[in-house]
Amino acid sequence: AARMFLRLLSDIQWRAANPKWRGMTSSRRSTSTTAEPHPVSLPAQAQVVICGGGITGTSVAYHLSKMGWKDIVLLEQGRLAAGTTRFCAGIVSTARPLSIELKMAHYSNKLYEQLEQETGVPTGYTKTGSISLAQTQDRLISLKRIASSLNVMGIPCEIITPKQAVQLHPLINIHDLVGAMYVPEDALVTSANVSLALATAASRNGVQIHERTSVSHVTVQKGRVTGVETDRGRIQCQYFVNCAGQWAYELGHSGEEPVHIPLHACEHFYLLTHPLTEPLSSSLPTVVDPDGRIYVRNWQGGILSGGFEKNPKPLFTEGRNQLEIQNLQEDWDHFGPLLSALLRRMPGLEALQIMQLVNCPESFTPDMRCIMGESPTARGYFVLAGMNSAGISYGGGAGKYLAEWMVNGYPSDNVWPLDLKRFGTLQSSRTFLRHRVMEVMPLMCDLKVPRWDFQTGRQLRTSPLYDRLDAQGARWMEKHGFERVKYFVPPGKDLLDLDHSKTFYKPDWFDIVGAEVKCCKEAVCVIDMSSFTKFEISSTGDQALESLQYLFSNDLDVPVGHVVHTGMLNEKGGYENDCSIARLSKRSFFMISPTDQQVHCWAWLKNRLPDDSSLTLEDVTWKYTALNLIGPRAVDVLSELSYAPMTAEHFPSLFCKEMSVGYANGIRVMSITHTGEPGFVLYIPIEYALHVYNEVMNMGQKYGIRNAGYYALRSLRIEKFFAFWGQDLDAFTTPMECGREFQVKLEKGMDFVGQEALLEQKQNGVYKRFTMFILEDHDTDMDLWPWWGEPIFRNGRYVGKTTSSAYSYTLERHVCLGFVHNFDEKTGEELVVTTDFINQGEYEIDIAGQRFQAKAKLYPFSSLFTQRRRKDEVELSGYQRE
Amino acid sequence: FYLTPPQVNSILKANEYSFKVPEFDGKNVSSVLGFDSNQLPANAPIEDRRSAATCLQTRGMLLGVFDGHAGCACAQAVSERLFYYIAVSLLPHETLLEIENAVESGRALLPILQWHKHPNDYFSKEASKLYFNSLRTYWQELIDLNSGETTDVREALINAFKRLDNDISLEAQVGDPNSFLNYLVLRVAFSGATACVAHVDGVDLHIANTGDSRAMLGVQEEDGSWSAVNLSYDHNAQNEHEVERVKMEHPKSEEKSLVKQDRLLGLLMPFRAFGDVKFKWSIELQKRVVESGPDQLNDNEYTKFIPPNYHTPPYLTAEPEVIHHKLRPQDKFLVLATDGLWETMHRQDVARIVGEYLTGVHHQQPIAVGGYKVTLGQMHGLLTERRARVSSVFEDQNAATHLIRHAVGNNEFGTVDHERLSKMLSLPEELARMYRDDITIIVVQFNSHVI
Repeated sequence: AARMFLRLLSDIQWRAANPKWRGMTSSRRSTSTTAEPHPVSLPAQAQVVICGGGITGTSVAYHLSKMGWKDIVLLEQGRLAAGTTRFCAGIVSTARPLSIELKMAHYSNKLYEQLEQETGVPTGYTKTGSISLAQTQDRLISLKRIASSLNVMGIPCEIITPKQAVQLHPLINIHDLVGAMYVPEDALVTSANVSLALATAASRNGVQIHERTSVSHVTVQKGRVTGVETDRGRIQCQYFVNCAGQWAYELGHSGEEPVHIPLHACEHFYLLTHPLTEPLSSSLPTVVDPDGRIYVRNWQGGILSGGFEKNPKPLFTEGRNQLEIQNLQEDWDHFGPLLSALLRRMPGLEALQIMQLVNCPESFTPDMRCIMGESPTARGYFVLAGMNSAGISYGGGAGKYLAEWMVNGYPSDNVWPLDLKRFGTLQSSRTFLRHRVMEVMPLMCDLKVPRWDFQTGRQLRTSPLYDRLDAQGARWMEKHGFERVKYFVPPGKDLLDLDHSKTFYKPDWFDIVGAEVKCCKEAVCVIDMSSFTKFEISSTGDQALESLQYLFSNDLDVPVGHVVHTGMLNEKGGYENDCSIARLSKRSFFMISPTDQQVHCWAWLKNRLPDDSSLTLEDVTWKYTALNLIGPRAVDVLSELSYAPMTAEHFPSLFCKEMSVGYANGIRVMSITHTGEPGFVLYIPIEYALHVYNEVMNMGQKYGIRNAGYYALRSLRIEKFFAFWGQDLDAFTTPMECGREFQVKLEKGMDFVGQEALLEQKQNGVYKRFTMFILEDHDTDMDLWPWWGEPIFRNGRYVGKTTSSAYSYTLERHVCLGFVHNFDEKTGEELVVTTDFINQGEYEIDIAGQRFQAKAKLYPFSSLFTQRRRKDEVELSGYQRE
Repeated sequence: FYLTPPQVNSILKANEYSFKVPEFDGKNVSSVLGFDSNQLPANAPIEDRRSAATCLQTRGMLLGVFDGHAGCACAQAVSERLFYYIAVSLLPHETLLEIENAVESGRALLPILQWHKHPNDYFSKEASKLYFNSLRTYWQELIDLNSGETTDVREALINAFKRLDNDISLEAQVGDPNSFLNYLVLRVAFSGATACVAHVDGVDLHIANTGDSRAMLGVQEEDGSWSAVNLSYDHNAQNEHEVERVKMEHPKSEEKSLVKQDRLLGLLMPFRAFGDVKFKWSIELQKRVVESGPDQLNDNEYTKFIPPNYHTPPYLTAEPEVIHHKLRPQDKFLVLATDGLWETMHRQDVARIVGEYLTGVHHQQPIAVGGYKVTLGQMHGLLTERRARVSSVFEDQNAATHLIRHAVGNNEFGTVDHERLSKMLSLPEELARMYRDDITIIVVQFNSHVI
């Protein structure tokens, strides 16, 4: 079967097509069938060793060599492009919901388009276009949202009627369709040949390619990659790139210092047929029917059709076994539902003769996004894997970003959603991965509505109060494995069940969250915020202060007991992290970061703090339960429980003190709430958590205390124009661009990371500006709700996208936050964004193709805030993304 | 009228029971994975009984089916008592002493059996004291007899069967001051029951059979197909050896009258059974017991009737035939069932249906297109038909239920016909017995990892 596929899927004799490549490899290839397989010995050292000769590995090699790195060795255990790459369906599709994924797919498309010309290797590139079908109105909404973001990227795309769809593709049965999306520039390729073309170009640029060489493990010394052990000897190297596809997890675990790459393979089936009586045109568009869970492309006059079934079959959970990828069984019974969907969509194919059912395993990740970046524990160890069955669509762009990352230190765009460091060891359990990918694979086709949550792999990390909160009606979401409350369903009130609550419109929890927000505004609420990442940094001398002063932009040399909001910036002044740091003593600091910063921030600090035994960095996340008391009566509850005055005179804003609450001593109380509302966060050693919670709830009764969840928190922080790292802020956003200049101390008496970039921005101005939008003509009950990623239009022209949004119960309007750019009308070049530019525009927000007028603001509504506070005390920071 | 599929299911599943041997450290160390059992009544009330228990003072598991006739009293008593007799027969001398001492001094008794019972499987409370005393007398005798030899399972099974039948007979002769109990012991003795019991201990499987229930081993051949191996012989007129045995035990003059119309003395189908004292006691004894017995007994024509040509009792024995089998890896399951099943299904079919059920669809032959010309439409039809077939398998979570479904609902092509199933299950009580017998099935699944 394997041999047959080589014949079927690669239309060309690729070795013969390129003289240079042949010259380089002919001796190896001609002898590879004889008893002496490896006449060309491996080099003893190289700058970069790439493991994996599939689309990702060859793409990384191609881009690295293009960027000028020459000393590169690519190792492939079998033959080039012989794994998933050879078996995959070869569809290049740009219709992706996530902006960074969309950019990668778009780049890949452009790259493949000219690849044949560049390399001389026929890639089978055909611009067929693609049609995504909607069987329901909700599906059509999600397509319209994608269409909006494609259009502003300059990628042609239109929403069409079922009748127009059948004109583009005569085989489609349109009786059950409500609409479709047409992307005319989507393409088809012969995927193995694309990979070979990339390899050819790379080898012309000097990359050495060795087939039939497997990497056994990577050696790491003092946290740096030093070399690679293969079955043909050792290669010393400074960089290693793990592009081993579904074997990436195992390879990551093979070394002494494991690199956790959470992905898991699932079997994936597609069908190949003989040609139709009148063979299908090779330019016929690809059809995606997500409601039927299938895709259909033309293939050699017949069709190729596969899909993402509801009940996937995970494999290789126990690791690699004798079951080679080529020998996987066809499973018709499993494919049955997809075949039904195909024949329902294209009844005319009944008489078409089957050629084969292909079983091509694909690797999936816990959050359906691919994995790239550098290992948090081994410097120089890069990863690009887990393509979630979109390896061809992403391969080109992902390879480019990773190459930039290696060469320049960071890619040219924000890739945090794909960064390996968004995961930690906790996502690395085989059981977790097996269960999660069984949910992720069907999700490829499921409708993704705002704020959906994964259902598998839950209840891993929980607060000690979990059961208590659950019993009070808590509904949960998960962040970095941690269970967090969305909201509390009041007793006697029933919400819709999971499937029915999926909506793009006003959700069923609207009034519930409204009540929680009201309570935060008028009385006091408790939110369990234990998931936040908490580090302690201390030293015997001044090392801690000195290091932190260098790594953080705000001035941390504050009196003991003060809390500082500060960015942890990169050289370009962008936010690597946004945190609150409390000075516990002269020589120790307590640092609060967003939940998903646990791995990234740790690695960032570890790599930059001096290697000094007198300086200690400790992750104390698990040691503390955090209760956020939000509201005007929080002060009363806390002072009654501690017999200490908590008023602003005694306990000003941005202050931190260890005190007793109830019987429990040593509770770290901080006067911040991450929302702009008055209140306190209590950091409680976990064994006291239940006691303190009970005390707070009992004492709070007379002040009208109630539980609240993250949805209330989100509404509060967004209406107060608080940016959250990971949602609004990223490595490409500086404090200057989001109105946080006051959190930067440019003249703090010493240099800090990003200082130069910020100084330059201060002088020359910024090229984007974080702005708050109040939707004007939006009907909360009837109109589609904004989510994030909606295009922003200024005077009718696209200027940027929203990054988060929420309904403000105070303003009774929707509030969107997002960045406004100033693109030159003719050249598209980015120009400086001034306050006037923002203020003098007429704005519209595009929600699934419908535009709503919006009022732009650069500062929060001061009239909303009734409490007396000095301006510099107003905390303008928050952490969580939804 | 017709029963809907859910109605059919609720009838079929009313008596189903499953037991899974608990695992230790994630491993099942027993040679038995577990068992499924079920029964479908034709008589009202049902005359079949079933029992399953784990021996706690020795190793092994006991499973048995009991087919009663002339009422259910004897089958009920045997289902409650027989495993205690077997367990006691297997106990070493020290344990017997320990138990006796505990009873003597009023201490808590070591538990002997752990029962695995369906809620409908009951034990009679009233007779428990009486039954216990008889059992105690038995173990006291065993203590006195102390042979010092290790107990042989075959012997233990034979002794237990014979002893219990003897006790049933004696209790009826002696009677009981309590009139309810007195009537009960007489009903037990005058009705009858066959028994087919399996004792599984590691790879040693013993089947003790008395009567015409049957034990059958399901064997998976190397090619994956299923075959059946009988582990018991029916004790009835179809069994030449059995006819021979009966004839040997009686004078030549009775040869003609012993077996008539394939029945013992022209009356009884099974040639071995518990109870049935009408075929065991002398005529004098029968008359004396019936006359001194309660009125209900005297009014009963059956009990008063003496079998014809009754010259040299006993004509009937409860002594079982014991077959020992060492389990092999290919032995996947054991089916114990009363004749209600075997009348309707060939053992080969039973082996196949249970085998395919237990291995599930995974072993359903996968479809491969290969070089054949198959169209999408044809494949679609084929898959739809396969799905329908698979879903009927998964209607049942219990192998015994699945087997009953086939036994009652099979059409001439060997597949379950819902219409037929519905008709058979909706027969009125008085007609049901004409079309089918009580069916009781236990399917024991073996643990190939241990064997």
